[in-house]
Amino acid sequence: MKIDAQGVYYRDLNAQIRNAVATGTDKIELINVNGQYFIGDGINKPVTITISGVPGNDLAAFMNGATVIVKENAQDNIGNTMNSGKVIVHGHAGDVLGYGMRGGRIHILKDVGYRVGIHMKSYQDNKPVLIAGGNAGDFFGEYMAGGVLVLLGMFTDDPEKAKHGYLFGTGMHGGVIFVRGGVDESRLAKEVGVFDLDEDDRTALEGYINEYCKDFDLDPKQILAEQFYKVLPRSKRPYGNMYCPMPR
Amino acid sequence: MKPQPTHIFEKDISNCGLTGFVSKKGTRVGGEVIIKSISLMHDRGNGLGGGFGAYGIYPDYRDFYAFHLMYENSMAQQLTEEYLEANFYIEQQEDIPTRRIKEIANPPVFKRYFAKPLQTDEYKEAVEYQNMTDEDVIVRHVMAINHEIDGAFVVSSGKNMGAFKGVGFPEEIADFFRLEEYSGHIWTAHNRFPTNTPGWWGGAHPFTLLDWSIVHNGEISSYGINKRYLEMYGYLCTMLTDTEVVAYMLDLLIRKHGLTPQLACTALAPPFWSLIDQLPDDERELYTAIRQVYGSALLNGPFAILFASNQGLIGLNDRVKLRPLVCAEFEDFVYMASEESAIREICPNPTRIWSPRGGEPVIAMVEGNV
Repeated sequence: MKIDAQGVYYRDLNAQIRNAVATGTDKIELINVNGQYFIGDGINKPVTITISGVPGNDLAAFMNGATVIVKENAQDNIGNTMNSGKVIVHGHAGDVLGYGMRGGRIHILKDVGYRVGIHMKSYQDNKPVLIAGGNAGDFFGEYMAGGVLVLLGMFTDDPEKAKHGYLFGTGMHGGVIFVRGGVDESRLAKEVGVFDLDEDDRTALEGYINEYCKDFDLDPKQILAEQFYKVLPRSKRPYGNMYCPMPR
Repeated sequence: MKPQPTHIFEKDISNCGLTGFVSKKGTRVGGEVIIKSISLMHDRGNGLGGGFGAYGIYPDYRDFYAFHLMYENSMAQQLTEEYLEANFYIEQQEDIPTRRIKEIANPPVFKRYFAKPLQTDEYKEAVEYQNMTDEDVIVRHVMAINHEIDGAFVVSSGKNMGAFKGVGFPEEIADFFRLEEYSGHIWTAHNRFPTNTPGWWGGAHPFTLLDWSIVHNGEISSYGINKRYLEMYGYLCTMLTDTEVVAYMLDLLIRKHGLTPQLACTALAPPFWSLIDQLPDDERELYTAIRQVYGSALLNGPFAILFASNQGLIGLNDRVKLRPLVCAEFEDFVYMASEESAIREICPNPTRIWSPRGGEPVIAMVEGNV
């Protein structure tokens, strides 16, 4: 089903999408999208929404099982508290991606902004994975509690910029961040450390990269040819003693 | 008993929006373009403030200071006009053309005056004995009108530019001020969601002084420190809103103290000490000096601002980027906005589109004498 979003107010567009999903449509194509907020939010069915144009903020929030494919760039706050499903962005994306994300996948081809993967979490089989192919801004993995972040630093529009910003992993206390080609340790937050991958890490990472490459028609060998490192939190409770010492 | 909902799920999702662009070659663009861009971000505001900064709109009066005045009562107008006549040669004065529309409630009166300072005794004293420039004299008059005349506010006071602002959504304010009838080479626009301060006509953005104009998304939590610092230099804050300090601070840093726009931005959003400590000697000394001298100019709190002058357009974020800012280039145009879609709405295929890092100014100056 094709919906022309040219000049359509976000509430009307989202009502049309929800209506299409409710009536059993499983493939929805949105054309001429520009800035409409909340696309794909709270969708509970495994439908595929393909978007031409730049969707507005809060794409795929609370999404549970749908797939959203953005053919161009996307804006801020993608996948807030997303439960399952997938978001694929064929360009760059903005700040605060995957906020409190609990499951599913977010694959961004190019650069990402600040606070990516903030407070991602995981529980039992729910393990969110967010992969950014370009550079990232500051606070990558801020307050991360679980799940997986992968930063490639390969497909950037801004090659002069550093692969990642400052305060990398601030407040991180769970989950893992994989970084292709190493991290700039002077930009790490004090809550995290850098480690080599073990065999289990390599197997898991290969799986994530293979799926990412399928989405963007890339060669996983090229991505995996460079060494990856992992960033882990030093503590599960980095601020336990911040205001008063905790009893031992 | 039926359970009661714990929340009202219909929320006002506003968060302020800004957009602006400059033609570096000075190509003039009609007001309908900026209106289209800011209208796309309609939902970032809540109808309590909209405004526009426009440059290059008064070429016939380019040598005169264009005073946009807002009057809340006729006494304010009478006193201000007496004040202006005593201190200025007024080449032209007129109502700012407006269109009465039903969305705009109780608008104040708007007038504009194209004027030059008169050679009064007071002017001669200021220039010859107090080492003041024409701009200093104008600043003093603006402060005097805002501070001393009840119900009169200078909306803008630069040459060949003007600010148009009020209570309403920006597209309504544009309609009210008939902005599509103007054309200029730099435009900024703001959609307001007032959080801490009143949504009144003078509190809409942009905030201006001379030809500086500021639109801002965020909140300046260092307002008290900044305001007291500015008071030492004769700037009086009268608009009841944090953003006002940014306009005066840039006037102080760039025009009075001669800082480059780049260094002025560093003073507003300097690197953290922990980063400064890692820098090479000369940079460390520079940033240390800026932070020591201009500690009271530092803007704390989240912000994305656009500031414009006849020389160009500059975008700046707070150091940890707590508000969005996206920039783009196409031919000699540079665009800056809260959302990429607001740029795409008026420039569908920019050659470059990027988000600057926190504290990293994007400086787009006009080329030569536009």
